[in-house]
Amino acid sequence: MRRPKTVIEKIWEKHVVHHEEGKPDLLYIDLHLVHEVTSPQAFEGLRMNNRKVRRPDRTFATMDHNVPTIHRNVIKDEVSKTQMETLKTNCEEFGVPLADIHHPDQGIVHVIGPELGLTQPGKTIVCGDSHTSTHGAFGALAFGIGTSEVEHVLATQTIWQSKPKTLNVKVNGKLGKGVTAKDLILAIIGKFGVKFGTGYVIEYTGEAIRSLSMEGRMTVCNMSIEAGARAGLISPDDTTVEFLRGRRHVPEGEAFDQIAEEWKALASDEGAVYDETVEINAEEIEPQVTWGTNPGMCIPVSANVPTEEDGNNDIEKEEIRRALEYMGLEGGEPISSVSIEHVFIGSCTNSRLADLRKASEIIKGHKVHPNVRAIVVPGSHSVKAQAEAEGIDVIFKDAGFEWREAGCSMCLAMNDDVVPEGERCASTSNRNFEGRQGTGARTHLVSPEMAAAAAIKGHFFDVRHLEIPAPI
Amino acid sequence: MEPIRKHEGLVYPLNRANVDTDQIIPKQFLKRISRKGFGQFVFYNWRFDSKGELREDFSLNQPKYDGTSILVAGENFGCGSSREHAPWALQDYGFRVIIAPSYADIFYNNCTKNGILPVILTDDEVQTLIKNAETEKYQLTVDLEEKKVYDNKGFEASFDLDDYKREMLLNGWDDIAVTLTHAGKIDQFEAARD
Repeated sequence: MRRPKTVIEKIWEKHVVHHEEGKPDLLYIDLHLVHEVTSPQAFEGLRMNNRKVRRPDRTFATMDHNVPTIHRNVIKDEVSKTQMETLKTNCEEFGVPLADIHHPDQGIVHVIGPELGLTQPGKTIVCGDSHTSTHGAFGALAFGIGTSEVEHVLATQTIWQSKPKTLNVKVNGKLGKGVTAKDLILAIIGKFGVKFGTGYVIEYTGEAIRSLSMEGRMTVCNMSIEAGARAGLISPDDTTVEFLRGRRHVPEGEAFDQIAEEWKALASDEGAVYDETVEINAEEIEPQVTWGTNPGMCIPVSANVPTEEDGNNDIEKEEIRRALEYMGLEGGEPISSVSIEHVFIGSCTNSRLADLRKASEIIKGHKVHPNVRAIVVPGSHSVKAQAEAEGIDVIFKDAGFEWREAGCSMCLAMNDDVVPEGERCASTSNRNFEGRQGTGARTHLVSPEMAAAAAIKGHFFDVRHLEIPAPI
Repeated sequence: MEPIRKHEGLVYPLNRANVDTDQIIPKQFLKRISRKGFGQFVFYNWRFDSKGELREDFSLNQPKYDGTSILVAGENFGCGSSREHAPWALQDYGFRVIIAPSYADIFYNNCTKNGILPVILTDDEVQTLIKNAETEKYQLTVDLEEKKVYDNKGFEASFDLDDYKREMLLNGWDDIAVTLTHAGKIDQFEAARD
């Protein structure tokens, strides 16, 4: 009988171009996504060495990291403008397709790949961005690379990679009502730490994962990198197939049915062996809020912020002390008593139509708290258009949210969407690092539903207990 | 890139775990389109206050660490964003070697593509080096050929690095040129699939 294999092994074996004992494999790349921040030096390298882009047809570029989300035609920051113009010039010179700031396909690179059907099961996908792990939701092997590797993939359509170890993160049971994919991945990182995935590719398995929508699966895989894993994926199934049916870059008709069977055959075999397995019970997970300066520093919304004494050793104690100081927290107070000044709904983690729909259901009939400035930044031009067609923008605007154009925005604040020093933001993004949303800014990571509840209350609040407003 | 075989230099100890690339180089400095000139921004939010003044309480700003070229730090160094601007900034500031108990994968790779040697030692060994460098000006030798780190007072430790990366670093090779020696195999692979 054939040895049972994981989805990771199956994809790997189909992409090895060159294998030599004791060295990394030369792996073929099916799709290379490019954006304005990590590509200029790579194109410059090609130019200096008189090299071409080997497969422009397997390369796709967009602008997302520093695009403005209001007044699209006025880019005040000259350096940002140069970076965007440089991408345009590079794409023209090297023949790479580009969805620029005014293009209807523009959006966050990890939102538009799946939306256009460029992301497909079984593909190897890279991008000069650590959240490339998002595409793993489709059963693709997708990981972030540095700029030198971007140049390497542009020139050769391959990358040197050592075969990763495999880690099965098994999520048993079902998530409770009001508990989301974001809470699940935060709870996983909170339980196992910010480096438990280092050196591994994660496969998420178990009942709770199977029940997630594709949007939920993308949220989970997106944050694999926050656990240290370059890639995190989920075996393809009917949910995957139905999401992709009818998308622009997937086959149609009988050809689709045929490829759908091939995709589903990639799923990990019964009895496949992983290098490591960890388990978590979905039923125990509550809505999560991060209190500190990395995504592992998270607690249930009903819990108290830890104190220095909760550290297991001197290094941990010092880490907690520094995080509390930066975050302006005492330690020991209930997280639900912490007030916020900003709410950001957006980023490659939580800016898809399903995220906006769910947050808007919470917001409907409520008003944003007077002390809070709240913004919604859809993940793509297309998400924005669909949300507007459904009237979701009106719900947000009526409640007092700002409704913006697509981009990475306040997740990393490379454009004008910045949280001021010392102020606090409930954010649906993926990183609560020091200074991430602005110098001295304090970030608390939450789900879109929890961000919506915080916007209404002005502090963190368990969305499951939010009263439903009386009909107007 | 510049080859690295044996490096002798002074140690800068940064006794923090999970130092992310947002700290190594904050996002406002990622908009440049060349690889050069990032050193002045390294650890910007730790080195400078909100008015742009040097913070004396941050150790890298202390004169005793002037001219250091070996950075020793806590576990999971370089986590977070894939920005290669992080190793570019460290290198431009003057660091050629980093020593830590563990690294984030992308950062580790990015170092080896730029002639920075990322050395992995045990927690205890790293703590010893940090203590030594906090006490006095501390000189260390890192030998990539022998895969050894030592001082002149009896500290010696071995480290591992895969043969491919070691060869690239020792010779300062451009790995695109190496890959292109396999161009025929890439052609065949594509011909069989497309």
